[in-house]
Amino acid sequence: MPFYRNIAAKIALLPMIVISLTVFVGCIIYSFVYSLTNSKLVPVMNYVGFDQYERLFKQRKWDVAVENIFIYGFVFTIGCLIIGFLLAVLIDQKIRGESLFRTIFLYPYAMSFVVTGLVWKWVLNPTFGLENSMHMWGMTWFELDWLVNRDLAIYAVCIAAVWQGAGFVMVLMLAGLRGIDEDIWKSLSIEGVAKWKSYIFVILPMLRPMVVTAIVLIAAGVVKVYDLILALTSGGPGYATTTPAMYVMENFFSRANLGQAFAASIIMFISVVCILAPWAFYEFYLRNKYANN
Amino acid sequence: MSTIPKGPRPKHLTVGRIGLYCFIIMCALFFLMPLYVMIITSLKDMDEIRAANILNLPKELSFYAWPKAWSQACTGFVCEGLKPGFFNSIKITVPSVIVSVALSALNGYALAFWRFKGAYFFFGLCMFGAFIPYQVMVYPLLKIEDFLGIYSSLPGIILVHTIFGMPILTLIFRNFYASLPIDLFKAARIDGGNFIKIFFYVIIPMSTPITIVAVILQVTGIWNDFLLGLVFAGRDNQPMTVQLNNIVQVDYGVAEYNVDMSATILTSLVPLFVYFISGRWFVRGIAAGAIKG
Repeated sequence: MPFYRNIAAKIALLPMIVISLTVFVGCIIYSFVYSLTNSKLVPVMNYVGFDQYERLFKQRKWDVAVENIFIYGFVFTIGCLIIGFLLAVLIDQKIRGESLFRTIFLYPYAMSFVVTGLVWKWVLNPTFGLENSMHMWGMTWFELDWLVNRDLAIYAVCIAAVWQGAGFVMVLMLAGLRGIDEDIWKSLSIEGVAKWKSYIFVILPMLRPMVVTAIVLIAAGVVKVYDLILALTSGGPGYATTTPAMYVMENFFSRANLGQAFAASIIMFISVVCILAPWAFYEFYLRNKYANN
Repeated sequence: MSTIPKGPRPKHLTVGRIGLYCFIIMCALFFLMPLYVMIITSLKDMDEIRAANILNLPKELSFYAWPKAWSQACTGFVCEGLKPGFFNSIKITVPSVIVSVALSALNGYALAFWRFKGAYFFFGLCMFGAFIPYQVMVYPLLKIEDFLGIYSSLPGIILVHTIFGMPILTLIFRNFYASLPIDLFKAARIDGGNFIKIFFYVIIPMSTPITIVAVILQVTGIWNDFLLGLVFAGRDNQPMTVQLNNIVQVDYGVAEYNVDMSATILTSLVPLFVYFISGRWFVRGIAAGAIKG
């Protein structure tokens, strides 16, 4: 096929091709190459092998960041799925004011992470926030000092994140629930299966594609979490809520330690690939294989 | 129980239904609580904030905080409020949305109708880019923009938003165009339409719904962005989210929570406005973004 055939389409897609190659592929190669150097303030080609990675894994701060991202990823993903599914089921009960409730559950998703972080920072303020309200109502035993507690601060981040993201899962799940055949509900009610049982044991497995999509999208977002934590805790108290993304940004822009930042960012990239690979393999390879048989 | 209710409304409320409504209303209250706290805090003066319950309505309305947040609050040494940030965000959002949507529509069109060998390979590469954490690409991209002489400028940040908006937008445009009847395209070809003519006279007039979805996605996404604005926009073009964070996180002086909350509301007005007027379109955007290619 001559090169100039369909030339208009090739020209039209040129920006996409150039961007994919230079930005998406090029930047990863660049980062990887310079992660093997001891660059500090500016990138220099001074090869030191995997020293930066070794140093990275010895950092206490990086350990904390990795631990946090696991806690956050686990609690946030599970929280969003459970609450999102629950809300979708509730809304699916032919309730009145359905669209009002849906609007309420989804509006946080339209707000930025910075706004979400700042609002929850105020609500969870240990002096004036909800703890104070509870004390004023006579519940003096009530404690909500998460933001200043090294062990609990990361869970405050999770609450804010679930508040923001649960509506997204609800929308996906609701779309799935609306696609369930009426006959399935009829047969379930003839069999006399309790409603909650039908939802968990029959309907949920049928929503598997929605659940998988939701998990992949959420998990890919988890690795990036940055603005939310910056606004809510600034990584504190101390560095108790720092994350890999923050570690990278700090080393790039305030510590002038480029080599470390590149190494850490490559680790982030690899972890995203580990999340995506099994899903992509299933979606694009196995499915096509079976579809073609 | 999955389609639109048929027949007369049930006359008797069962205990289960009442419980259901109670539960869903409690959930709604939880989701609304931060918004409520944000609004009432912005309408109190500082004495009342210190003395009273965070959940109480203001005893007397104080509008002190709003003008201050808009035009006087300090970020470091500059005390101009959020106003410059608001106009910067508009300057960033409008061109970024136009460029990224136009380019992605063209991409989607070329991919759906003018497929050439290798086109889908690059599309796959581009989609892969949607999942790479920004932290991996930030520094090399900064170097590229520096090389092009647009780092830390308006064109610089517009280019960045165009790049990072491209994967998801191209995907939704391609999916939309692929669902159009192919005969339409064939007829236009027989009538002598070429790549450009068919795009302008046949495809664009049919693209209104998907363009609305794409614009909503991009307006909220770009307005809510923090990280990219922080790194690429430069000191003179900092978007509203970055200025908001700077205003709230100042280390010195007395914290004015009412001003902070007014600033937070002001920053989320645009996305919330888009969300409330767009309604189902916003939901459609989520669904479109979540569908796999």
